[in-house]
Amino acid sequence: MTIEAQKAENGVNVEALLGAREALTEAPEAARFKWRATSEWLNGTHSRATVDGFYGLGGEQKHRQTFTFDTDHPEIFAAEDNGATPVEMVLVGLAGCLGAGIASVAQNRNIQLRSVKATLEAGMDLQGILGIDDGVRNGFDGIKVHYEIDAEATPEEIAALVAQSQKRSAVFDIITNPTDVTVSTSKA
Amino acid sequence: MTTRAKRRLAGIVDVIVIGAGHSGLAMSYALSQRSIDHVVLERGEVANSWRTERWDSLSLLTPNWMSRLPGYRYQGGDPDGYMGVREVVDFVSGYAVATSAPVISQTTVVQVTPAGNGYRVSTERGDWHCRALVLATGAFNVPVVPRLAEGVPAGVTQLTAMDYRNPGQLDEAGVLVVGASATGLQLAQEIRHSGRPVTLAVGEHVRMPRVYRGRDVQWWMLASGVLDQRIEETDDLDRARRVPSPQLVGSPERGTLDLNSLRGQGVEIVGRLAGVRDGKAQFSGSLRNVCALADLKMNRLLALFDEWAAVNGYDSEVASAERYAATDVGAAPRLGLEFGREIKTVLWATGFRPDYTWLEAPVFDRRGNLRHDRGVVDAPGLYVLGLPYLRRRKSSFIHGAEDDVRELSVHLADYLDRTARPQLAAVAV
Repeated sequence: MTIEAQKAENGVNVEALLGAREALTEAPEAARFKWRATSEWLNGTHSRATVDGFYGLGGEQKHRQTFTFDTDHPEIFAAEDNGATPVEMVLVGLAGCLGAGIASVAQNRNIQLRSVKATLEAGMDLQGILGIDDGVRNGFDGIKVHYEIDAEATPEEIAALVAQSQKRSAVFDIITNPTDVTVSTSKA
Repeated sequence: MTTRAKRRLAGIVDVIVIGAGHSGLAMSYALSQRSIDHVVLERGEVANSWRTERWDSLSLLTPNWMSRLPGYRYQGGDPDGYMGVREVVDFVSGYAVATSAPVISQTTVVQVTPAGNGYRVSTERGDWHCRALVLATGAFNVPVVPRLAEGVPAGVTQLTAMDYRNPGQLDEAGVLVVGASATGLQLAQEIRHSGRPVTLAVGEHVRMPRVYRGRDVQWWMLASGVLDQRIEETDDLDRARRVPSPQLVGSPERGTLDLNSLRGQGVEIVGRLAGVRDGKAQFSGSLRNVCALADLKMNRLLALFDEWAAVNGYDSEVASAERYAATDVGAAPRLGLEFGREIKTVLWATGFRPDYTWLEAPVFDRRGNLRHDRGVVDAPGLYVLGLPYLRRRKSSFIHGAEDDVRELSVHLADYLDRTARPQLAAVAV
């Protein structure tokens, strides 16, 4: 019988996360974050978005570097396909968020992950955005996510990891629940 | 000012218990056993909430054989049945009589303030003074209704589980029941049986079978020690105390009440009510995940029961282990419903909270919750009873009062001893 099981190493600093949870419980103002992106239209359906700084812990914060993301439409839409479509970026965001959650929850539950692979698919009826049928929504009619996970855990424990990750995921919440959106304009 | 001046002094006692429900009466019994001078103040009659604030068909989630209080237990002929609300009133009233509890009924407490070495308890019938005070007013005083209720169109009737009595008071058209605890599921079923179309909005919930391997699930919870789990053993105290009541109903058939059975009876299952916009209810797309979470948790609980049965030699006495079908929410749960046309009534089964608005003492945290350590409130001589998971998982159940009261009455008696007659002690030195 081993005295103490090996501690899982998934590269997540759970102590820091739990420390932040405790600290932000006492300091609700510091818990208020603002996430930002800027975007510029380049040509056709091609835009480039930039992510650089955000606000949190009571002050302005910077990423280690500036990240840019090109979005465009594919050639079958008579576009140049200079990047992923914006709706694919939504899937990218969901995958990134759930993946981060799975690793964090696994670390907290001392489950060693060996591989976590997600496949995402979202259905969409173009009759919505093309205005052909008012009864069809613009967005996805559903999203299917499949996780193939190799870990030192039972299938039930793995299912529980993925379920808990959804429960605590920001992007999952953004997609599954309504969000108030304000769009304003000004002439440059 | 003048009304205060005119208010007469009603009495001076060592301890006042506010609330003559099962918790307050159990504490009264414990105090009597120690010959501690006390009264129990009750705004109405004994078991008042059960008499006046519950729906007609309500029954306990625990079988009769579990209904016990210190020095008192169920004596009827149906140990495996479940008390209806009238029987609960009789049970608790019978306890008050059997224990000769010093209940002063029809006496509403309007204000409590720290005073001298104790508390002044102002009632509509005069002021009381006490050295120690026990809050036994219950956990289910005020219905919690989410803020998005404000956006529900005016033509839609809204009521809470506290206002609801029976389907007869509802419009014949569609009813949206919000909340998937025992309350939400029981009301959804009852209203559906009355012929009305029912939609049930489901967030996080606790699923369990009524009977498992031939025994009531509460038997398993008690025998395996789940109900006796102490709050110290949980890693997240706040979350443990917020867990909704399990999806159970106490019916003569001892049938399981879950989302699958409700769907089979024609109740439409949708996600958590996430928004109200343009006259429409918007439901969360998280339904599948909250159901997956509940199924996983139920299976972990059943596995714990199975393990307990094997270790303790019960496998030959109970039926064989089984697992239940995963919750099936259908191919495409609806994400929206139109108020007015499809929904004429919204029934909020979104929980309750205690009401301490009359307690004027610095004992509340930033969110307005009572600051206490397992019932010992953060003020000298002040105690609270009967809250969910106060000291143990069973704390808010009738049978849960006994252990909590035993421990808290020891603390209270010790407090009275330690603080006895400080003025005289000072003079003696």
